[in-house]
Amino acid sequence: MAAISREEVAHLARLSRLAVTEEELDTFAGQLDVILQAVAQVGEVAAADIPPTSHSVPLTNVLREDVVVPGLTPQEALSGAPDAEEQRFRVPRILDEDVAS
Amino acid sequence: MTQTDLTRLTATQIAGLVASGAASAVEVTRAHLDRIAAVDDRVNAFLHVDTEGALAAAAAVDARRAAGEELGPLAGVPVAVKDVLTTKGVPTTVGSRILEGWRPPYDSTIVQRLRAAGTVMLGKTNMDEFAMGSSTEYSAYGPTHNPWDLSRIPGGSGGGSSAALAAYEAPLAIGSDTGGSIRQPGAVTGTVGAKPTYGGTSRYGLVAFSSSLDTPGPCARNVLDAALLHEVIGGHDPRDSTSIPQPVPDVVAAARLGATGDLTGVKLGIVTEFVGEGAEPGVMAAFRESVDALAKLGAEIVEVSCPHFRYALPAYYLIAPSEASSNLARFDGVRFGLRVGDDGNRSLEEVMSLTREAGFGPEVKRRIMIGTYALSSGYYDAYYGQAQKVRTLITRDFTAAFERVDALISPTTPFVAFPIGARTADPYQMYLADLFTIPTNLYGGPGISVPCGLSDGLPVGFQIMAPTMADDRMYRVAAALESVVGTFTPPAL
Repeated sequence: MAAISREEVAHLARLSRLAVTEEELDTFAGQLDVILQAVAQVGEVAAADIPPTSHSVPLTNVLREDVVVPGLTPQEALSGAPDAEEQRFRVPRILDEDVAS
Repeated sequence: MTQTDLTRLTATQIAGLVASGAASAVEVTRAHLDRIAAVDDRVNAFLHVDTEGALAAAAAVDARRAAGEELGPLAGVPVAVKDVLTTKGVPTTVGSRILEGWRPPYDSTIVQRLRAAGTVMLGKTNMDEFAMGSSTEYSAYGPTHNPWDLSRIPGGSGGGSSAALAAYEAPLAIGSDTGGSIRQPGAVTGTVGAKPTYGGTSRYGLVAFSSSLDTPGPCARNVLDAALLHEVIGGHDPRDSTSIPQPVPDVVAAARLGATGDLTGVKLGIVTEFVGEGAEPGVMAAFRESVDALAKLGAEIVEVSCPHFRYALPAYYLIAPSEASSNLARFDGVRFGLRVGDDGNRSLEEVMSLTREAGFGPEVKRRIMIGTYALSSGYYDAYYGQAQKVRTLITRDFTAAFERVDALISPTTPFVAFPIGARTADPYQMYLADLFTIPTNLYGGPGISVPCGLSDGLPVGFQIMAPTMADDRMYRVAAALESVVGTFTPPAL
């Protein structure tokens, strides 16, 4: 049985903000199914009482001295932006017109 | 001295010539730039060659020497940098279209330290897009070719860095290792690649793939050069909150000690699970011969079972994509890189989706979707949560093993360099290239690959894995093995 359907892959693509093509969906559905069936092997391990590891270095609350250090200038920070205006990143509209009106 | 000779030297020899004045840093740099011009159309190790910047850096070293200043141990030595690290004003693409043409406004910590040490950055090396891959075939800018056989892969994701070393385009290089991306390319190109302890080298300015695993580290043609480079780039960085606030172990002294060829009192454990059916016969033959050589140097050899290592690959391919799906959300067409479809009518979300669709290649898309799946409610516990528990068990396997032995050993890869195109149709077949390197990343300890022999004329790598913050141990063993088997030179290009 397939671990993941073509429709589920289309949903994942939307969640991932990837405007994938129909052709890609066909390819990815098969490939993701193979990968997910393989990685599902982790389920074979009896680990109910085992604590999870998110990170190998046991450091917590790493703080620095509260001193001013040089940062990027606005020009530097905007230097790679696809579009900028008045020292800000310019983005496409974020509200639909019917919502905005 | 002819220019060809300069590209064949070790980093240590080059630094010696520059310090004594027998060769200028500019001469050394020109020799390497000429070599790149002569062979890189066939190798494709470099995505960007910074001719002007390299010659200026070299001239600065020569000026400092002329002024009588003390030079560091790698001053004047050229270095190639994987395109995953930011370089101020120099293009940084991460092998992706989504960052094509981006010139970062700052240097990564690793690059700052390379500059401060007087090394000469030649340029940026090719890699699988966002460091996701084991062959460099997933680069958006075409594959890198293995100098041992140009029809074969140079490993990945850092195939450009390792191929540049094997092709004598650079004596030193920087890589980054999330699941084997330094060690596996090192193995299949006959070069040395070391993954430091996680947190032992700074991630500041390293474009993030999987933040709990990503580790920048040194690549070289011999163990001592790798140790010297490790010493230059390693150590605490307040700009990386996961950086370990302790000094780097003395890896250079350990490499020198190992080179004496005495391993008396050192106990090494062969990972039982990695010498069964996993590796091809030619790889196993070279590995076994090397184990015998280490025993002759005085090392005690035992077998150690690490029962959960067989689950490392599946756990990794849940954890790394999960972290990637989150990290790569920053590529949204707003702050840097590509923006597609912004015609004044489309919404931010539509522009974002079109940008990411156009900017990311297939492997990156697959991993983002796998990660999104593994983190989604309903699947989280069975996939990501369970993988994190397996990570704990793998760590416990390492901890238990290091109570018995000083270091663990295995082949670096299950197979030698495969032909370009052989594994791209089946992504999971590609993942198997990292079978032996991944456990170290999940544990967070250091690992090194050192060339140990040839199988059908192609290099085989020997892996040494050490406890966290005991990077010096792996350099000692690696240098001892090198003192017996020597270094490996590919056929002339």
